[in-house]
Amino acid sequence: MEILDEITGKDYEFGFTTNIESEKIPAGLNEEIIRVISAKKNEPSWLLDWRLEAFKIWQGMNEPEWAHVHYTKPDFQAISYYSAPKSKPKYNSLDEIDPEMRKTMDRLGISMDEQKRLNGIAVDFVMDSVSVATSFKEKLAELGIIFCSISEAVQEHGDLVRKYLGTVVPRTDNFYAALNSAVFTDGSFCYIPKGVRCPMELSTYFRINEAGTGQFERTLLIADEESYVSYLEGCTAPQRDENQLHAAVVELVAMEKAEIKYSTVQNWYPGDKDGNGGVFNFVTKRGLCDGYKSKISWTQVETGSAVTWKYPSCILKGDYSVGEFYSVAVTNHFQQADTGTKMIHIGRNTHSTIISKGISAGHSNNSYRGLVQINSSAKNARNFSQCDSLLMTDTSGAHTFPYIEVNNSSAQVEHEATTSKIGEDQIFYCLQRGLDEEQAISMIVNGYAKEVLNKLPMEFAVEAQKLLAISLEGSVG
Amino acid sequence: MIEIKDLKASIGEKEILKGLNLVVKPGEIHAIMGPNGSGKSTLASVLAGREDYEVTGGEVVFNGKNLLEMAPEERAREGLFLAFQYPVEIPGVSNMNFLKAAVGEVRKHRGEEALSAKDFLALVKEKSALVELDGQLAHRAVNEGFSGGEKKRNEVFQMAMLEPKLAILDETDSGLDIDALRIVAQGVNAMRSPERSFIVITHYQRLLDYIVPDVVHVLYKGRIVKTGTKELALELEEKGYDWIKETVA
Repeated sequence: MEILDEITGKDYEFGFTTNIESEKIPAGLNEEIIRVISAKKNEPSWLLDWRLEAFKIWQGMNEPEWAHVHYTKPDFQAISYYSAPKSKPKYNSLDEIDPEMRKTMDRLGISMDEQKRLNGIAVDFVMDSVSVATSFKEKLAELGIIFCSISEAVQEHGDLVRKYLGTVVPRTDNFYAALNSAVFTDGSFCYIPKGVRCPMELSTYFRINEAGTGQFERTLLIADEESYVSYLEGCTAPQRDENQLHAAVVELVAMEKAEIKYSTVQNWYPGDKDGNGGVFNFVTKRGLCDGYKSKISWTQVETGSAVTWKYPSCILKGDYSVGEFYSVAVTNHFQQADTGTKMIHIGRNTHSTIISKGISAGHSNNSYRGLVQINSSAKNARNFSQCDSLLMTDTSGAHTFPYIEVNNSSAQVEHEATTSKIGEDQIFYCLQRGLDEEQAISMIVNGYAKEVLNKLPMEFAVEAQKLLAISLEGSVG
Repeated sequence: MIEIKDLKASIGEKEILKGLNLVVKPGEIHAIMGPNGSGKSTLASVLAGREDYEVTGGEVVFNGKNLLEMAPEERAREGLFLAFQYPVEIPGVSNMNFLKAAVGEVRKHRGEEALSAKDFLALVKEKSALVELDGQLAHRAVNEGFSGGEKKRNEVFQMAMLEPKLAILDETDSGLDIDALRIVAQGVNAMRSPERSFIVITHYQRLLDYIVPDVVHVLYKGRIVKTGTKELALELEEKGYDWIKETVA
């Protein structure tokens, strides 16, 4: 269909840069750099040792090549591993925030204003290497909830960080996880105490601003027994011709009967329509359902990045624990995504659900890669997977790589997969009722992704719908 | 309302409409009958603006405007409605949201204000009753999991919501049992007005017992070869199409 072949492309909305003086250490990666980072953050010696060990592990590893993506490997010596806005790195009140920074937040639609949003969302804002502001901290503290940057947590809740850091994603896990462990600079930390239901959405907003930097954030979220938390993260970056590296690690721990709902709207700069620039998004996210009847649910809407390599996973260790993965991944122009999940069933009667919706437009490539592993101990484990792919053009690709390993005969594993081309009949039907092509595509695509979008917190669901429409605007013509 | 002159259209190399002439005045119902492959559905698709067909000659004037120059959505907004022979399913998109967007566009085009949620719901209630459509169906995804009869009733329901000037019913009777046929016809009849015209495309005379046409045409090999009153339909029912074919030959 003609309209789908036209690639015009709407400009990336968040491609601006902020003129904030920043302190950036020289490019390069070696033990000395790691010592500098650790010293700048005034870290205890255990953490410096932990980093140095990770660096050694990383040096002995090779960059993974098994993913269905092609890119020029980053030059790790050309990246600056620490960049922080120069003015006061952490603000005590909103009035202190640098006006330029304030403007950035406004343009990104982040409200740090607690007065105006009493029932709103608590936000931790991370720009380049550091967390610059966290809202609602006091209010949350009244319930015993700790929500702060991980740097702050290292200082003030060192024991908790030390106890859990690297327990879900060990330093040896993979090349990027090892790199992140060596050089991570900030990220969010959250602890929900026993029996507490977190009364508001917790959210971290990540922003890469400086050129020639990478972002290596680390998030650690612990839900103690019978607690509940819904957490969401958003990300954007300026438009640059170079590729920027983002290698994050997210670790979640859910104890007995605890529930964690983790949502991501990923909108890193995807590169221009000819495939220049864009963020390399190489992320390791994993949750441990440690306790009986614990539950972890990942929801992701992936529209950004030039290359995405990301598999938010669940280790279902506790009996009757539940893991869920809901994903919409959109690729346009020359974007490449290799994303999916791993559900590792260890406990008895563990259940997992995977719903993945890929949408490929332009010349992009979109792959689902997922592992369902039922260990011999996982009696009566059940999994249901559904992987759908929607092709918008003849020049885009959709691929599905499901891996299923079953070592217990009482397990039930179901896998369904479909690939369809966006229906010309569907579009014509909409046109005949008076809708224009953009409305038609937006409606059809949002309908297709609805099962996943419904899992997002209300406020984000609306954002995500708009984002889907914007991301695909180019493919409609 | 609509004036079609010497219309020629092909799909790929194959010419299907070979000089078709038809004039429908406001308030009239015209039935178009004909054997399989005569070009009935092609005519409906060409008028609605489907890209698969190439118009190679002739002209179509719709309410004083050149229809063939308009994009499909403009034709719809100008008041041309096609009830599809095979309505498509759009998973995940609720009938209500779909109609809300469609009604919104059509009203905007007419320079009318957007309906409030309350007025819209009242309209849905009124119009869905016309085709005895269960209130639940309005909330389900567009045509998803609908039976054949429900899909056709949904088409007529959408037509009632959009209040077109000219409605083309493309074999709306196919696959309907007698009760569904009666309900669909009742919906169409309720919409008859001196300002609204219909082109009813059908293979069988049966539908015309319920929707009584002012004029009946026979389409054969891409041209209208015979025009008459509703009695022509009865004659076709009795004799089949062979005698027409012989006459033309």
